[in-house]
Amino acid sequence: MVIDFSSNLDYVRALLPEIILCVWGMVVLMAGVWRGESSEEGPRAEGLGWLALVGVAFAAVANGWLHGVREVGTDGMIAVDGFRLFSNWIFLTAALLGMLVSFAYVYRQRLQAGEYYALMLFSVAGMMFMAGARNLIVVFLGLEVMSIAVYALSAFNRRDRRSAEAGLKYFILGAFSTGFFLYGIALTYGATGSTHLPTIALAVSNGTAHGALLLFGVALMGVGFAFKVSAVPFHMWAPDVYEGAPSPVTAFMSAGVKAAAFAAFFRVFLVSFQGAYESWYGVMWWLSATTMVGANLIALVQTNVKRMLAYSSIAHGGYLLVAITAANQASAGAALFYLLVYTVMNISAFAVVIAVSNHGEERLEFEDYAGLGRNQPGLALLLTLFLLSLAGFPGTGGFMAKFQLLLGAMDAQLWVLSVILVLSTVVSYAYYLRLAWYTWMRDPADGGSPLPVYLPIGMRLALVVGAAVVIWLGLFPGSVLDLARASAAGLGVAGPMVEILH
Amino acid sequence: MNPPFAILAIVQEGSETAVEIAFEPFLPGLILLFPLLGFLVNGALALVSGKRAADVARAGGEWTLPENDRPSTHILPSLVGPGVLFAAFAIVAANFLRMQGAGFESPVVVTYWSWIVTSTFEAAASLQLDQLSMVMMLVVTGVGFLIHVFSVGYMKDDPSYPRYFAYLNLFVFFMLVLVSGASFPIMFVGWEGVGLCSYLLIGFWFKDRENADAGKKAFIVNRIGDVGFLIAMFLLYNKFHTLDFGPVFASAPDTLIYGGSLVTAVTLFLLLGAVGKSAQIPLYVWLPDAMAGPTPVSALIHAATMVTAGVYMVTRTSVLFALAPVGGLVVAGIGALTALFAATIALAQYDIKKVLAYSTVSQLGYMFLGVGVGAYTAGVFHLMTHAFFKALLFLGSGAVIYSIHHALHHTHKDWDAQDMRNMGGLRKHLPVTCVTMWVATLAIAGIWPFAGFFSKDEIIWYAGAAAEGPHTAWYVLFWAMSLVTAMMTAFYMTRMMIMTFHGENRTGEAERKHLHEPPPTMTVPLIVLAVLSLLGGWINVPEALKQSWIGMFGALPMSEWLHHWLEPVVGMAVEIRADHVGEFAKSAPLGGGEVVWAGLSTLMAIAVVVASVAFVRKWVILPATESAEPAGGVRRLLYRKWCVDELYDRVVVRPIVAGSRFLWKVVDAGIVDGLVNVTGSLSRAFGFVGSMFQTGAVNTYAFILTAGVVLILWAVAL
Repeated sequence: MVIDFSSNLDYVRALLPEIILCVWGMVVLMAGVWRGESSEEGPRAEGLGWLALVGVAFAAVANGWLHGVREVGTDGMIAVDGFRLFSNWIFLTAALLGMLVSFAYVYRQRLQAGEYYALMLFSVAGMMFMAGARNLIVVFLGLEVMSIAVYALSAFNRRDRRSAEAGLKYFILGAFSTGFFLYGIALTYGATGSTHLPTIALAVSNGTAHGALLLFGVALMGVGFAFKVSAVPFHMWAPDVYEGAPSPVTAFMSAGVKAAAFAAFFRVFLVSFQGAYESWYGVMWWLSATTMVGANLIALVQTNVKRMLAYSSIAHGGYLLVAITAANQASAGAALFYLLVYTVMNISAFAVVIAVSNHGEERLEFEDYAGLGRNQPGLALLLTLFLLSLAGFPGTGGFMAKFQLLLGAMDAQLWVLSVILVLSTVVSYAYYLRLAWYTWMRDPADGGSPLPVYLPIGMRLALVVGAAVVIWLGLFPGSVLDLARASAAGLGVAGPMVEILH
Repeated sequence: MNPPFAILAIVQEGSETAVEIAFEPFLPGLILLFPLLGFLVNGALALVSGKRAADVARAGGEWTLPENDRPSTHILPSLVGPGVLFAAFAIVAANFLRMQGAGFESPVVVTYWSWIVTSTFEAAASLQLDQLSMVMMLVVTGVGFLIHVFSVGYMKDDPSYPRYFAYLNLFVFFMLVLVSGASFPIMFVGWEGVGLCSYLLIGFWFKDRENADAGKKAFIVNRIGDVGFLIAMFLLYNKFHTLDFGPVFASAPDTLIYGGSLVTAVTLFLLLGAVGKSAQIPLYVWLPDAMAGPTPVSALIHAATMVTAGVYMVTRTSVLFALAPVGGLVVAGIGALTALFAATIALAQYDIKKVLAYSTVSQLGYMFLGVGVGAYTAGVFHLMTHAFFKALLFLGSGAVIYSIHHALHHTHKDWDAQDMRNMGGLRKHLPVTCVTMWVATLAIAGIWPFAGFFSKDEIIWYAGAAAEGPHTAWYVLFWAMSLVTAMMTAFYMTRMMIMTFHGENRTGEAERKHLHEPPPTMTVPLIVLAVLSLLGGWINVPEALKQSWIGMFGALPMSEWLHHWLEPVVGMAVEIRADHVGEFAKSAPLGGGEVVWAGLSTLMAIAVVVASVAFVRKWVILPATESAEPAGGVRRLLYRKWCVDELYDRVVVRPIVAGSRFLWKVVDAGIVDGLVNVTGSLSRAFGFVGSMFQTGAVNTYAFILTAGVVLILWAVAL
């Protein structure tokens, strides 16, 4: 099938996954209402979760169907290219795993299941809008749809003060940064006369854009994105919000929101602003360097597992910023692959954390993991696997992903940044392995009363899928990596940008 | 077209046109699969029984094997272990018969899957079925089966019985991979695999520190050799861009310069690998210690099969060795020296297994001498006959040890069951063992018409005949050394037999009535091997000697059968040698034809055996506890094995340990760890400072955010 956006029906087809998610979100919402206060009983709430997963499955089918659709021209406000579809797969993976790890949490914490899962679906739709947007207005809309849903999710456990505080903080700072982002869009429009990304790209590269206006537009949009991917120094919100938000929400947003922000970041900066590479290259370089170094060093001194994972998430954002700094074809493919691997391993690691914290907000200190290896060897083994993958241990998906990023950086001759990436990775081993050390080597302080761990079917499924993917992508990354590269190829990144510099 | 290449052309032509029936391999994968299956089944049983023992141990007891009511974990391995070997042997035999019927000349390569694939290198998991691998597989599965049957009797009281058979099956699997792999990497997999199994089986009774140390020693010494093998592979790959046997050997004569530095380096590195695995000077030290393992293991791994892998490897790569005359000379030299050196040590040992161990090292030296001078068929021939009679000798010694051990066990006497000074006169108690071992002794001593006569004599003959070409002085020396070694062999073997089976019994009054022949599972393999040790040599009687007394005046149906059989495998190497050095001479260095020297050597061997029977019988031998270490200079030196272990300890081991301690204590713990700790502390300090900004107050965060915005705007505005 061919789409050229000559009729509005083409938009319906192109946006089928998003439409399905939005409609299904409402279905779940209504189902939640009709079934009454479902949070009292576990199985009912779980039923709503499965219902939401059906919607995810439908969206996945639609996304798969879009692989067979060919887009003509770049006039549409939404792109139907490999980059968008691969990003959508990442979001759908995040949704799948994020929902699976939520089941027991939602009914144990008496959360409103209907609203909870509906908000998740809406935020996934927002993510998809961001990744597919070919117009700055659509990027902004997607960003807001996603963000508002996530603000609400962060504050979802209204009985918990920390959750409410996290939601409020996130909202205030998010709104603040959105202001910068919107201002950036306005300035860019002023400089180029368009909000359509290919038109902007043309204006930027042939020099018809207004210089100073464009520069400030690029800078302010960069700030907006940097806030969403929590790059240092725009990361301050992240540790507090990640720690305070309900754990499954943290798992979901630390992967999904980051992936969506990076997808839009890539499309806007590598396609539209590639003509102005020399003016934003230096800023990106410093952003990624400070993020990698700063986040990894601060993560070293954390004693709370969720907080440690928050800084770890910031650090991973730093690695991905290297790909934006490199701005070449290899890096774009590597970044897509990285985001997929990161989504799986990060949510899986959180899954173990949620299980250990008893589907609540207990037992989140490193100390609480002492003796886990003895009491729950299987769970401890999985945790170790995910931690090793996060650290980038050979044989895991995390290694392959980081290796590909490094290759892209080398390709762009970013030697110093590559060295920083490797060294900060080495530092990251210290805090990941510290948790593994607590798990296996430390005896519990209270003499070893076994930790009660409840693993419902959804959680088991998430853990098994996560472990399988992490190992599979570590040993046989070929097919997925090829798909990621091919997907990034459609983006139209100019190639080694480094030539512009030298 | 130069001659070696012409041969290849004929071979290829032959395979396409002149063949009536092509050789169709018959289920070759099953040959390997059966032992692997055996390993899996026995391994599972071992896990089950190991868990049971661990459970008992945790409860504070010690698990012992019930006397009558054996658990199924100790019954099934008796069927599975030898059973899979027999199945594998049957398939090998079927393939062997098919191969004989078919007129095929080039190896059949069966590819299963691609194993390593990169853009520049590919290795497939493939087996090569040709005459050489067929002979090796016959020996491995055939002799292996007999030894498995023997083990059923020998090991039946061991608590870890299933684990034993799991290892043994795994060993056979890897050995088959080694001899049937169609490329260097596959061969290396087998090479390492058998090394692993050897290590596991030497240290089988790992609760004794000594056994575990012996296993470790074998493992480490073999690593030195493996480095050589690996470097040789890298060199070959660098030149040929493939490591499959077929293309490498086909293009080697054209690609490599005869006697050039590359091929010489490759052969010397390959030799280093072979020297490690086949226990030659200077890496032979692990093999005598390896006797710490169960005796059937010594028979299978450390006599009949694994240790001959080096000989197999040199034969397999014969084209390369033929192209490197220096490599060949070194192989022959190491072989001759090892043969003589190990034989001298065997003269003065009292431990029956140590005698056989040094004898094995010595006989392997013969094989190296054979393949070194270019007589590849002779080397493989001796490999085969040696597998028969040495397996027999080891199993026989196993029977002796088994019987003595049981006798000592009955009376709770704390004597060494392997020391020959505690034996004597066992002929009356173990008649079958005695007779079969005498057959093997006559075979190894090289007395006509036993198997060893034909194979050993051929090697000695070729060593002398090689003197016609370059390096005459060296080859004459090797020839003389091999003759002297033959005499020594006859002596130390006779000495062993007399001390064990004849004269007065020294085991003790009370123990004597408990000495008896082991069960049929152990004696029947001995008898089969004795028959093979008698007849095995007749398959390769030289054509020229067929009509003489040696060939029983033409009564044998075939002559030089093995020679013709292996022709397609080693033909190119023989051709290269003939091209550059000339044919082997028709006479020994001192003149005289093959018949004369063969007669001379067998007469000398008989004379030595007879003389030593008379000589040793006059000795007054006291039990081990009552006798002291030999006082005399030479005998003491030989008893102490030329003090080579002590020398290695002083020169190699201790300096390395001292150096490692320095690196550990000073460099690593002091300097490196110090630096790491300082870096760690600094990082954490930075982390603390960084986390201090994390106040939790939104206005602080907003402030820092704004500061970042200003910073970025300032940066782009510049």
